[in-house]
Amino acid sequence: MISLRHILAIVRKELLQLRRDRLTFGMIVMIPLIQLVLFGYAINTEVRHIPAAVVDQSNTGVSRALIQMVEATQVVRFEQRYITIEEAERAIVRADVRAALIIPADVSQRLVRNPAISGRFSPGGQDPTARPVAQWIADGSDTLVAGAIRSLRGMPLGELFREATNTPVPTFEVSLFYNPEQRTVVNIVPGLVGIILTMTMIMFTAAAIVRETERGNIEMLITTPIRPVELMIGKIIPFVGIGLIQVFIILGLGWALFSVTIAGSVWTLLVVTLLFILASLSLGLVISTFAKNQLQAMQMTVFILLPSILLSGFMFPYEGMPEGAQAIADLLPVTHFMRIIRGVVLRDAGIGDIVPDAVWLLGFSLLGLAVASLRFKKRLD
Amino acid sequence: MSATVAETFGLSRTFGAKTAVDKVDLTIQKGTVYGLLGPNGSGKTTAMRMLTGLLRPSGGHAVVLGTRLPGNPEPLKRRIGYMTQGFTHYRDLTVTENLHFVADIHDFSRSEKRQRINELLEIYDLDAQANMLAGAMSGGQRQRLALAATVLHGPELLFLDEPTSAVDPETRRNFWEQLFDLVEAGTTIIVSTHLMDEAERCHRIAILDHGQKRADGTPHDLMEQVAGRVFEVSGTNLRPISRTLANGADILSVSQIGARLRVLVSKTAENPQAAVEVALRGISDTISQPTRPNLEDVFVLATRNPVR
Repeated sequence: MISLRHILAIVRKELLQLRRDRLTFGMIVMIPLIQLVLFGYAINTEVRHIPAAVVDQSNTGVSRALIQMVEATQVVRFEQRYITIEEAERAIVRADVRAALIIPADVSQRLVRNPAISGRFSPGGQDPTARPVAQWIADGSDTLVAGAIRSLRGMPLGELFREATNTPVPTFEVSLFYNPEQRTVVNIVPGLVGIILTMTMIMFTAAAIVRETERGNIEMLITTPIRPVELMIGKIIPFVGIGLIQVFIILGLGWALFSVTIAGSVWTLLVVTLLFILASLSLGLVISTFAKNQLQAMQMTVFILLPSILLSGFMFPYEGMPEGAQAIADLLPVTHFMRIIRGVVLRDAGIGDIVPDAVWLLGFSLLGLAVASLRFKKRLD
Repeated sequence: MSATVAETFGLSRTFGAKTAVDKVDLTIQKGTVYGLLGPNGSGKTTAMRMLTGLLRPSGGHAVVLGTRLPGNPEPLKRRIGYMTQGFTHYRDLTVTENLHFVADIHDFSRSEKRQRINELLEIYDLDAQANMLAGAMSGGQRQRLALAATVLHGPELLFLDEPTSAVDPETRRNFWEQLFDLVEAGTTIIVSTHLMDEAERCHRIAILDHGQKRADGTPHDLMEQVAGRVFEVSGTNLRPISRTLANGADILSVSQIGARLRVLVSKTAENPQAAVEVALRGISDTISQPTRPNLEDVFVLATRNPVR
């Protein structure tokens, strides 16, 4: 038997306490707001304007034109000029530049033999005398930077001789759905909903229960007829509301600042978000039954938060991870939510498309609530 | 007046290797104030937590309002009230908010709740502070709020853990007046304390030390039992006399009270007066005479006995 009156008493008390806790109240609004603006503008996997150096051993009109063409791609920005390759390498060590373009003295001859220019494709393959026109050395430790430099390998060179750019027929035609302009922020905004909810929902609930222990209130509560499950439910209801406010802020700002619109149904979105909020809250409750003080609760939240950011698919594609890491990621509610919310917000996925992940979240919530209620003893020993 | 509301039989509790409560037998009669007197760490709080069902006894058992413990203490929680040692209601809620919360937890209806809270605000003189945050109130006000919240549901048995250790004597006196009002209405009260003046107000007390019960009875009877073994010594230059006396045979304790020394003599001494005289031999200008024992003497004598 669960008493609604008891649950409402806890909810009312939580809301009263929250109203007087200005800082927490401010965090509820400011965390999603600041992080969305910050990540929305800062995270960009499309790398541009990489600082680079040039070592022009040819120093001819052709080499200068080549440099201008490379810079016109906006992938790199030439900031330094060096005479020798050694100097360029040292600049990379010092991180003054991330890459260097080395243009050999015979760049003109190389250009002439380049099939991209001459259009001379021998039937049996490339011209055996053809060689690359110049060389890039790059700091390959950052795969994104390395990838950007590599993308320059097949740069068309026709313009160099005022010829029409020869575009060979591509092997595949590629149509990019849902984010044709390839803006990183489109993927970030819905993902951020999952990350911010993970952070605030787990932390707030864990702290909310642990605070009662720290201040001794729990000693008073356990001498009353209240049942653990009533206490747990009453504790999480206010945070469900808070979670929805945060989702509204993130998606609202995402639309206003970054033009990320919600493709799917708002109702589907509401249902899955509620499921995820519940799952995060019940995880917070479980943490609260382990933590002895608010600092421990915070540390455990961070322990969950880091894999949530790195493994959930928020930063890096889930599919790219080895199976072991995927198995760990699957234990985190946010991994399932990440798939769902990107589906609903970006790809107009309906309830039917997200059933497995939604059921998983529901099961996780119920399990968490049960574990927390069982672990919360109305005794002091 | 003779019905037993709580009884313990060899009640024990250990925490690891430490024994906090050691085979304690208590009998508490209905409509009385029963005091658990003991120094800090004597097992008072642990005993109370076992009686309220918050801790499981490691040995022995208790029967509280007909409920056997260890057992299911949940139904008991509607019939008892437990006021913890520190203030454990919400400091960031106002007086009425705290009381509303407790009333809701005890399933009061809306009208019952309003009526009962108004009643409590008046009895415990909290009308003026009704909308004040509990954290902003004085110690005495906060303690009245704690008592009001603890008795809100009309418990038959009330546990108070060191209720007045942190308040001034005036507040303490008023608090005890309110306790006796509750007793008049039929409530039984178990109170733990390390204050003699508080213990003296109880109908019966049990003296606890190192988890063991050392004595129990009415304060009056306990004081009678040590009559004839308490002496007052007056003289000049009391400090050296005090040190000499403390080494005397059968002298249990010497403490200076202003211009006199209070001397307690062991019950093994056949003639307590002689024991004091012997100890004082060779010191001139001293007068020793028997005096009326007080509860502190009882306490010192009871806790000086060697640990069993």
